Amino acid sequence: MNNISQNQLLFLKKQRQHRRIVSFSRLFLFIAFLMTWELASFFGLIDSFIFSSPSQVLLCFWKMVLDKSIFLHIGVTLYETIISFVLVTIFSILFATILWFSRKLLEITEPFLVVLNSLPKSALAPLLIVWLGATPTTIIVAGMSVALFGSILNMTTSFQEVDPDKIKLIYTLRGTKLQALTKVVIPSSIPAIVSNMKVNIGLCLVGVIIGEFLAARNGLGYLIIYSSQVFKLDWLLMSIVILCVLAMGLYALINLVEKLYQKYF
Amino acid sequence: MENILELQDISHSYHGTDGETQALSHLSLSLKQGDFVSIVGPSGCGKSTLLSIISGLIPPEYGKVILHGSHIGYMLQKDHLLEWRNVYRNIILGLEIQHKITDGTRGNAHGLLEQYGLADFTNAKPSELSGGMRQRVALIRTLILEPDLLLLDEPFSALDYQTRLSVGDDIGQIIRKENKTAILVTHDLAEAISLADRVIVLTERPASVKTIVPISFPAEKNTPLLRRNTPEFNEYFHNIWKELHVDE
Repeated sequence: MNNISQNQLLFLKKQRQHRRIVSFSRLFLFIAFLMTWELASFFGLIDSFIFSSPSQVLLCFWKMVLDKSIFLHIGVTLYETIISFVLVTIFSILFATILWFSRKLLEITEPFLVVLNSLPKSALAPLLIVWLGATPTTIIVAGMSVALFGSILNMTTSFQEVDPDKIKLIYTLRGTKLQALTKVVIPSSIPAIVSNMKVNIGLCLVGVIIGEFLAARNGLGYLIIYSSQVFKLDWLLMSIVILCVLAMGLYALINLVEKLYQKYF
Repeated sequence: MENILELQDISHSYHGTDGETQALSHLSLSLKQGDFVSIVGPSGCGKSTLLSIISGLIPPEYGKVILHGSHIGYMLQKDHLLEWRNVYRNIILGLEIQHKITDGTRGNAHGLLEQYGLADFTNAKPSELSGGMRQRVALIRTLILEPDLLLLDEPFSALDYQTRLSVGDDIGQIIRKENKTAILVTHDLAEAISLADRVIVLTERPASVKTIVPISFPAEKNTPLLRRNTPEFNEYFHNIWKELHVDE
């Protein structure tokens, strides 16, 4: 350890200091925001009926924990998001594979995919309700619709961008096109697949909430719409906070999967 | 002795929307077991096309490729090791693809790693290897399939000059020792002369055979590196250089 130079020690110290300042400032900003909100509401600077307050939100959450209703709402939203996320992942890899096999099919379908991808997906939700009814299926499909087309396009691009010489290598070893896919294209697209998953989990959550706005009897999206209609702003803000935590958690989960993958492969 | 490879009157063109480009025109040549042939020619004259045709990756438009013994090993310009596989799993890639993984071939893989000084790197990732070592791994990946004919498409061009000399020496001697038949495509005349026992000079595109220069060196100076220091080497170099630039 004694071969670390003075300058290196100084550098490390500065790094530590930098990190400490960043973490502290984050925490400070968060707490300051909550305090200002709470105090402003307490002293009547803002209307606590419309703006609620952190304590009211927390209290509201606690009540719903006690009567267990909150778990149903979170559970439903989480379940629908995860199902639509898994389906989007499977379908987009499947489609990208098919399009990789057939250059013709890719060129034929590309404009349709581009249009479907740029379409505001919330416009589809009312249609889905009419076609599929006000069921969890509708909401899962709504969740998928937001992420699916972009995801197929992303996957297809990353499959097409694989080094053609690496594919040639497989052919020089007398491999088939299927082997080029399994030995080169898919393994070299894993980083793209994972970063695509990170985007998709957020988009699926957006789609599920849109679906729940329109066609649900439980779930956080339902809770938001319902509470805004009956002016229970505690509920509304609590739902938004829970959504924040949920989105963060799901993202962290995929990050964890990525870390584990990098460690073992 | 029977020819291991015969090309008869090969012609080939590439087709694009803005016209066609003739790459090869009435090209014929033949190789015997144990031959080491270098192919040189002006850049872009269709050397790589020739290898692709010999290996069967693209069928020639006209002419015939006759192969005795069907196993061809093809080394590309870069090593193309797959970064997500360790050295051992890169080496057995071809075996895996051809469903030839047995206890015997696995043992063979470890044997070759041992023989070529890579045993300590069996489980290393390609990114941990030097350029020369990577090239050696690529060669083992090709040799383990026991090819009757080796095609080398400028396999050293991605290396720096220093490494290139030693890897060329190294790989040249390995190929000689295994008594493999090999075709080396290169734009580096010195490399062609130092490795081969025949240099085939191609014409400008569309390529056909311009001349064939037989190369021989005294036995005690017959390794790629030693060859470079002989007077004969310079003579060959000048002759082939003149052949290449005779039209200018």
